[in-house]
Order: sequence, then structure tokens, then C-alpha cells
Amino acid sequence: MDLSAFPKAAQLASLGQQAPRWRPGLARAKARDRHNELFASADEASGAACALALALDGMRHATDGRLEEKSLLWVQDAASRRKTGVPYRPGLPRELRHRVIHVAAQRIEDALFALEEGMRCRDLACVIGEVAGNPQALDLTASRRLSLAAEKYGVPLFLIRHDAQRDTSSARMRWQVRSAPSLQPRWNTAAPGQPRWHGELFRARSHAPGEWILRDDGSSLVAERKGARIASPQDEGQIATPDHGDLAGAAGAGPLAAR
Amino acid sequence: MAIWLVQLALDRWRHAEQCQRGEGADSEPLVLITETAHGPRVDAANDAGREAGAEAGMMLADARTLCPQLKVAPSDPAGDLAFLERLALWAQRWGPWSAIDAPDGLLVDVTAVAHLFGGEERLLEDVHTRFAAQGLSVRAAIAPTAGAAWALAHYASGATILAPDDDGAARLAPLPVAALRLDGDVLLVLRRLGLKQLGDMEQLGRDAVQRRFRSRRSPSVNPLVRMDQLLGRVPEPLLPVVAVEPALVQRRMMEPIRHRSLLDRVLEDLAQDMVRELDARGEGARRLELGMWRVDGEVVLRRLEMAASTRDAAHICRLFAARLDDVDAGFGIEMLRLRASWSEPLALTQAELDAAAEEHGTSLAACIDRLTVRLGPRAVRRPVPRASHVPERAQGWQAPLEPEQALQHLFDFHSRPLKILERPEQIAVLYTSPDGYPRRFRWRGDVHEVVRVEGPERIAPEWWREKGSARLRDYYRIEDGAGRRYWIYRAGLADDGRGGMPDWFLQGMFG
Repeated sequence: MDLSAFPKAAQLASLGQQAPRWRPGLARAKARDRHNELFASADEASGAACALALALDGMRHATDGRLEEKSLLWVQDAASRRKTGVPYRPGLPRELRHRVIHVAAQRIEDALFALEEGMRCRDLACVIGEVAGNPQALDLTASRRLSLAAEKYGVPLFLIRHDAQRDTSSARMRWQVRSAPSLQPRWNTAAPGQPRWHGELFRARSHAPGEWILRDDGSSLVAERKGARIASPQDEGQIATPDHGDLAGAAGAGPLAAR
Repeated sequence: MAIWLVQLALDRWRHAEQCQRGEGADSEPLVLITETAHGPRVDAANDAGREAGAEAGMMLADARTLCPQLKVAPSDPAGDLAFLERLALWAQRWGPWSAIDAPDGLLVDVTAVAHLFGGEERLLEDVHTRFAAQGLSVRAAIAPTAGAAWALAHYASGATILAPDDDGAARLAPLPVAALRLDGDVLLVLRRLGLKQLGDMEQLGRDAVQRRFRSRRSPSVNPLVRMDQLLGRVPEPLLPVVAVEPALVQRRMMEPIRHRSLLDRVLEDLAQDMVRELDARGEGARRLELGMWRVDGEVVLRRLEMAASTRDAAHICRLFAARLDDVDAGFGIEMLRLRASWSEPLALTQAELDAAAEEHGTSLAACIDRLTVRLGPRAVRRPVPRASHVPERAQGWQAPLEPEQALQHLFDFHSRPLKILERPEQIAVLYTSPDGYPRRFRWRGDVHEVVRVEGPERIAPEWWREKGSARLRDYYRIEDGAGRRYWIYRAGLADDGRGGMPDWFLQGMFG
């Protein structure tokens, strides 16, 4: 085996520092992070809504704001259909409403097959999957297959895991999502407003973990850090500014191996 | 030439029973019936049945009163029509093209053909003997126009040949007006007017009849148009029957095959043959049928339907591979036949190599085919709007590649949940605010404190679909303390008189 092809320990250690913090619009710039997992409760639709928002964000940035008319495959297994219901067309985001193809799989094996077939299809914008619990069939091998297919064919996968434990998985980005109190509407202050979600990126291959309040304002995804500073693609220069993730690195006292 | 199959339905029944006319099962009174809204109705009666008093068009109960020992068999109009189609193709032995004259006639173009059979009399003789050999009783006639031939075949008492130099109007004058191929109510009008024969109409004068039927355009309700067609004054287009052979390829085996790997190999060859066949026609297959003939005489059939027409051998093989797992080869399969029973025009394109699909991914149609073959057609669908106010009915499902129907969109100020539960789940309301919406409720074991609320949006039941006891719904959009947003409704009002206290349900979840 040719060991010289592997990165040196020093390079590995510096990776964490070079990697930018996640922000909206980064998904398509990096072709690697195609396989996303979102853990959410089955008693709320925040998982699906957040997946759609992330998918839309990816599509918008892939084609410079102009949405390509590609279909979207939405795969559900029987348990997640029973617990969280089926997608409801009048409530879907306007851009995606007419493009959803729904697959109602009975068994988890069928759902995984449909996910993989969907990612192999060049005419799909993205694949959304919903799986309830921690089924035996969705082990590391299955998850690795999904990752490889997603990266080979370039179709992003958003797998929503309802009421699931954080098991081993090869997903490139893993989120824990829950609903957050909505924005106050302008006119009827007693009514629920624009939905927001609390997203915690607890494991990502190329980003540092972090927590955000996410919302889709109709034209783009807005992510606010917990400290209420708005991170948008404009303030690219501020990406390296310190936060609780890597205070030490920004203060000039980075890991010794990186020097 | 018009050919009238006098007793098509009964002749077909005799075929099925394998008896001659008036013998065996046919010697007893029998009628063929169809079920109608008012009870069974007689379609046709055999000779014994007609003697006993049964007639076509009677109710079965009336016929039974006249003849209690009447036997009954169901009639088969669809089968008759299919039979007639085959017969029309077979009748092309007498002329270059033929047309169906539903429900029980054929029209064959025999222009300049009769001399091949030795004259028109000999031609008709040939027709009669050939049909008699098939056990079908026919009346045939030859005339310069299709209408005249039809009239002679159905109503002429004597000679049924009208030569081109005969005086058509004079020859056809004694025929009844029913010979004009008119609808029943027009015939009734003519009978009330006292017009019984074709000659009567000529005597009455064209203007008088024209005034009576001036608003009728269709030939089947306007006797003047029919008369003109009969005499050849206006053209009458006919729709000829053209035989379309479905693309079919087959392989006979030297040795019966018993193993899956060999079967796959043969299927690959068949698929390539089929693709060549379809290529030559410029068509793509929508439905394929694979028949496997086993040594012991059994036939195993596998059928495949595709979302879009295809001409890709590798794709066909892959789809069939999933269907061949449960084939029992028994002592071996000796013949395979692949037939494209439904094909659509598909323009020739550059052949897509399988490597390209591996490299760049599959097309949407191919992806959907693979999913439907494994999961079934009901599992892969697209949500489409339906014209309804009731939320669960406002969304329907259809096949993914079918075009959507144009419908009026929902109003934008109606906000609808992202996901809807397959059936609404009841919630236990613990505490209601004076305005009528719940402040605290229990659902799936959790207590939710309502913080924000919008509503009610009242959706009344659709009286044209539901029973009168269906209750209206008041929908509320709520958000609880943790930010979870739901769509709940109260089924009914407390004093609407359609049941007790209204229950609360949770139907959907917002993002």
C-alpha cells in the first residue's frame, strides 16, 4: 500500500482549522457533503421542513438562484407514514409543490432500495427519505452505500430519522433538529409566524459542529447563531471569527501540530 | 358489398355450445340477455324461443310469462364486437379493404373485384357458402353505395344486387324507411308523419322534409342526408379496419432450459431482437408480455408495463429480471416469446449505452420503472390537487409521469400544513379558552400548551358527497410552547344537533 497518498498527521490536524464553519449556501460549493442525516421527533414536522429548506438552499446555490425544474423523490417507510403523515401538496414550498414524487415503501429494505435508485437518477434534484426508529437494515454498510451513491451521482440525500438514536453512520453531515418558536408576524401577533427550527450540527466531516436557528425567508435560508448574529453568504470574511467552537485557534494559539 | 350477420350473437353462442342450428341445446327456447337498470332484457332469441313468443327488446320477465321453460344465457356484446373485428379482417379476402358496421354488419369494398370471382352473383354465392361453413347466417348485397348495399342486405325481399346502370331510386323505393340507418326516434317521427317507404319521401318533396329536419346535422338523424348517401349524391366516408400486428419475437430451444442464468441469456437475446423489431417500426414498447412454454405444456406469462415507451434492451432485461425470480421451470422451458402488446411511436435516437447510465445516472422514466417493478405501481405516485374544500380530499395521487389536470389553485392566505396525517388523531382538550380554542391539550401522551393561535377557518362538509349528518370543522393553526406548529380542528358545534359535544382532532403538522 502506498502510504504517501495518505495525508500527513500534520495536515490532518490542520484540517479542522481550515474547514470553514457551516453556513447556508455551502452545500453545493463542496461536492462532498451530499449525504445528510437529520434527527427529529416524530411528533413534529420540523425534520421534513428543515430538510426541504436545506435542499432548497442547495438547489438555489447550485444554479445561481434559478431553480432547475427537476423532480424531487420523497421516500417514506410505513412507520414514518403512520407517525408523521404524508406530504401535503398545498403546504409544500411553492417551488417544490409540483415536483414531488412520493414513494410509499412498506419495508425498510424497499425504502433503502428506493433511496439508492433515486440517487442514481440524473433527473432528480434531490432525494428525501424518512425512516422511523433504528431499523436493523439501516446499518453502517447500508449508510455507506447511500453515501457512495450520493457522491458518485451528485444527487443530495436528506435522510430524516424520526425518534432515532444517534447510531453509527457514514452521513457527511448529521443534524439534530427541533422546532423553535416562530418569528412574530407583522400584523396578527397572536398567530404563528414564519417557521424556525433549531438545528444542531453535531457531526460533520468538513465543518466544525455548531448550533443555529434556521429559517427559510422565501428566497434564501437564513441561519442565526445562537448569539443572534446573522450568518449569510455576504459576511464571508467573518467566518474565521472566533466562537465557542475554536476560540483557541482564532486567538493565535492553534494546535501545535499545525505549525 | 354489405354483409349482415343476421344472428351474430346466437351464432356465437352456438359456436360455444358446439351445436347446429335447431339441434341439441338450440332446440329448446333460449334467449340471450343483458342486465339493465330495470332488470334483465332480451337481446336475442333463437328460433324455438321466437316461436314461444320471446323477442329482442323484451324484458325477461315478460318473456318468461309467455314461455316459462325459457332458458337464459348472458349475451356478450364486447365479444361480439371483437369477433366482428376479426371477421372484418377475414372479409378482406373479397376486397382490398373492409369496415365494421356495428353492431352486426360488415362493409367490403368490391369495386372492380367481382370479375375475379366470376361475376357479382358468384361473388355473393361465395360469401354465403363461406359464412355458412363458419356456421354464420348472413345476408349480403352489392350496390354502388354503402348505404344502398346496407339497405338491400337488411330489407330487400328479392334480388340483392344493384348494378351501377340500374335506376337506384326506383329499385329502392319499396324499401321501408328503416333502411336509411336512422335513429329510433327519427324513425318514430317518420312513422307518425305517415312515411313508410323510401318512395313516400321522394313523393313528399325535398323541401317539406328539409323544413322538418333543418336543425339536424348528423347523418343518423337527418333522413335527407341519409337518402343522399344512399343514392350517392354525397360522399360517405368509412373507417376501414387495418390489421396491426404487435411486434413479436420468439426463440425455440434445442434443449429445454432449466437454469436461471440460461434464461437470462435467452431473455437478453429476445430483448435485442425486440429492440431491432421496434427500431424498424420506429416504435417503443409500453407493455411487454413474456410467454414461456414449458415441456409439460404449461405456459408461464410475465407482463411488464413501462412509464414511458422504451427501446432499451438492457432496461427491458433489468425489469424482467425482477419478475423472473418466481418462475417454476419444471422440466424445462422449450420456447420463449416476447410480445409488445402496446407500443407507441418513439423517434429514433442515438442508442444510449449502458455505460452512460452508469456514469451519468439513469433517466427519470427508467428510475420510476425500476421503483414500480419492485414496489408496485401504487407505491410510486405524485400528489396532485383535487377540486375539494375538505383537506384530506384536496390532495389526490396519480402516476408520476402523467400530465396534471388544470385546476383552480388554493388561495394563498389559506395556510396549509406541510404534512397531513393519514387519518386525523383525536386530542384530549384539557382546558379551553373562552374564545373556543384549546389552551392545553394532550396528544400522544404529551401535554401541549398553546401559545399562539390563528383561527378558526371554517370548512363546511361537502353536502354533495357526504351524508347529511356530517359535521363542519373549525380549523385552528396553533403553536405550542416549544415552537411545534399543528393544525387542529373541532368537528362540529355544540348545538348543531348532529351528535353530542364536538371532539377535537389533530390533522396536520406545519414545518
